[in-house]
Amino acid sequence: MAKSIKLRAKAKGGIVTVKALMNHPMETGLRKDKKTGKMIPAHHIQEVTAKLGDKTVLDAVWGGAISKNPYLSFKCNGAKGDSLTLSWVDNKGESDSSTTAVS
Amino acid sequence: MNRRTLLKRTLAVSAVSVAASAGLLAPGQVLAAYPKAAFEAKDASSALSAALGAGNFEHSDAIKIKAPDIAENGSVVPVTIESSLSGVESISLLSEANNTPMVASFNLNGSEAYISTRIKMGKTGNVLAVVKSGGKLYANKKEVKVTIGGCGG
Repeated sequence: MAKSIKLRAKAKGGIVTVKALMNHPMETGLRKDKKTGKMIPAHHIQEVTAKLGDKTVLDAVWGGAISKNPYLSFKCNGAKGDSLTLSWVDNKGESDSSTTAVS
Repeated sequence: MNRRTLLKRTLAVSAVSVAASAGLLAPGQVLAAYPKAAFEAKDASSALSAALGAGNFEHSDAIKIKAPDIAENGSVVPVTIESSLSGVESISLLSEANNTPMVASFNLNGSEAYISTRIKMGKTGNVLAVVKSGGKLYANKKEVKVTIGGCGG
């Protein structure tokens, strides 16, 4: 699952605006496969963590009600040149992370 | 699931736990406290008590919810939450009409009180934003009319 995260971070007046797009099916476990009639098992991101340098700036817990290929935007304190890392873990134990420099 | 994918997954899980024990991931922040009960709760107040420890909240106009009045497609409803309350610790997002109302909870760790994301809504109902500030819960809601549901089907 390499490169499943698109990450942008922009600093303005000491506040960094982070925008992230993740590639993930986000199955709730409630949907039926139209061809086979079987339930599609749940497969969604459970935890998202964002770090600016070593400091955790955001950690979130998600359910299956976040849309497919999730979009997330948040604001934190920081400056240009800081390194921002965003990572997620899903309910199957798969995970991914991405790092970008704040511009 | 065949043997190969099973092996792969167990390996992936153990890799994560190795990383956790090596201190790369701070335990307690990642992996440990996934509030499963909150996401399985069938109504908003029990979901809130499972996630935040309290089911009751005060209404507050200092929380702004930006969401469409009418969402054509319930599987992608853009929602933005902003709050002018001071010392906001966490923002939780619920969709009252969903089978399991809990959508997500964001722990801010000193970040600005601003979250924007896209959520699924099963049918027309209120989007509930609950903000924890100074140990108290404040909430605001906004109704979103959904023409095509986005859960199951």
